[in-house]
Amino acid sequence: MRIKPSIVDKIFRIGFNALAFFTVGILVVIISIICVKGFSHVNLEFIFASPEDMGRHGGIFPSIMGTILLALLSIVFATPLGLGTAIFLTEYTKESVFTKIIRFGVESLAGIPSIIYGLFGFIFFVIQLGMGWSLLSGVLTMTIMILPTIIRTSEEAIKAVPRNLRIVSYSLGATRWETVTKVVLTAATPGILTGIMLSIGRVVGETAAVIFTMGSSLRLPTSLMDSGRTMAVHFYILAREGISMDKAYATALVLVLSITAINILAYYIMNRVVSRYS
Amino acid sequence: MAFQKENFIKFILMVFALSSLFFLFLIFAFILIEGLPLFLKVGLKNIIFGFKWAPTKGSFGIFPMIVSSFLVTFGALVVGGPMGLSCAVYLSEYSGKKMKMLLKPALELLAGIPSVVYGFLGVIYIVPLVRNYLGGSGFSLIATSIILGVMILPTIISISFDALMSVPKSFREGSLAMGATKWQTIYKVVIPSAKSGIMAGFILGMGRAIGETMAVIMIAGNALKIPTSILDPLRTLTGNIALELAYATGDHRLGLFSTGVVLLVIIMILNYMANFGIKKKRLK
Repeated sequence: MRIKPSIVDKIFRIGFNALAFFTVGILVVIISIICVKGFSHVNLEFIFASPEDMGRHGGIFPSIMGTILLALLSIVFATPLGLGTAIFLTEYTKESVFTKIIRFGVESLAGIPSIIYGLFGFIFFVIQLGMGWSLLSGVLTMTIMILPTIIRTSEEAIKAVPRNLRIVSYSLGATRWETVTKVVLTAATPGILTGIMLSIGRVVGETAAVIFTMGSSLRLPTSLMDSGRTMAVHFYILAREGISMDKAYATALVLVLSITAINILAYYIMNRVVSRYS
Repeated sequence: MAFQKENFIKFILMVFALSSLFFLFLIFAFILIEGLPLFLKVGLKNIIFGFKWAPTKGSFGIFPMIVSSFLVTFGALVVGGPMGLSCAVYLSEYSGKKMKMLLKPALELLAGIPSVVYGFLGVIYIVPLVRNYLGGSGFSLIATSIILGVMILPTIISISFDALMSVPKSFREGSLAMGATKWQTIYKVVIPSAKSGIMAGFILGMGRAIGETMAVIMIAGNALKIPTSILDPLRTLTGNIALELAYATGDHRLGLFSTGVVLLVIIMILNYMANFGIKKKRLK
């Protein structure tokens, strides 16, 4: 017997709805598990105290600082490089074999998994250049890892700036560089910020590439050559070595909330741009 | 003067732009420099098709890990593929504007959750579930596939969604005007037109699954043999590197870089297949 097409249509409509809600449900479940289990263990002391006894007691202050230092310093290195690349690709050159080769490099970098970055950072920065497990090794590895994200988002932000703005600027006698810095970049700033926020989110959540370059010292890094650990690495060690489930949940809560906040901010900025130009 | 300054700026920006290529070259160079000598010393065949991984005793076989990496990747696709494609279809064909505004950011947030958190939740919830209802230790191919399947959802959904959205509206209108139902339109017209983009999404999802490390080492059990059932533990290429890199020295460390070379080659092939799919879509 053949089922009526209209009934099949209804079944699939319901099925697609259900699956979409199921997917959102996964997100809700993940975040609520972490909130419920972690909430009672997060307090001011947890955030501002140093860990004791490998993290069984005390707080996560050094790893919060380690995360912030790693993320900010990586951004400091990656933003000029990435933005410069994006400006070059969009404003200073025409599409050619040369830009294709550069784009190929960016795309390939974007596709490399984080463990390979870890492997590379370990052999190049930690061993060959003798930087050891240090904040600096971590920062340089992360810089390369987030570079493609910054390039792509900056490029899109710059491309979204209306042509008229450039034409007006040139007609007023501005040079190319003046047009880029005073007109194009000003208009593209929100989009570029989105890329930076997304990159920070990526560094904050990264583990594999960080643990083999920055190491996992529990102390607060006081110089670029000190090892340190980020929240993600701290959480991994707490969970993997079964040191303390309560502290693991609490760390996960701080970690996930920070990343979620960063990402929401990124999309908020981006949506404002989209509504401005469309 | 101004002209000279402009040229100088252009030169500096070009150097910046070349940095990505330079970094890519450095990464390949150093992984190959460390990873290739062992292939020459032990033999390509003995590494890629060797069954025994005992790096301190001169055995560097990673065949079980290659198989395991592909198995978890395939498992992730079985779990995440149909779900991801359905979500993309829902987003592009069924959902209203408001749902889109809600769902798209939700997916991005799902993508932002760190892999260690997925791994942790896998250990706490999925592994015991498998152990209690299906048997074995719970650290298994199936548990890993479930977690990886969820992890690749955002990739599959966002790329399939873009592919579906780029199918011209007139195709749908034509089909509906011929009396086809919405599902018939989706199944016979929209999905076939977006096929290469959807494939690209699946392949990028595979790339993400095969490169995933932290979640996998927490759930997979990391045993050194080819799993014979979905309840068996296994060790992937990425897991092998992450588990041993911290303490490996000498040939052992070189062996991990050889593992990295194999992983890098697989990932590159997958990425170019995906890019090919995306470009083909654009040509249309």
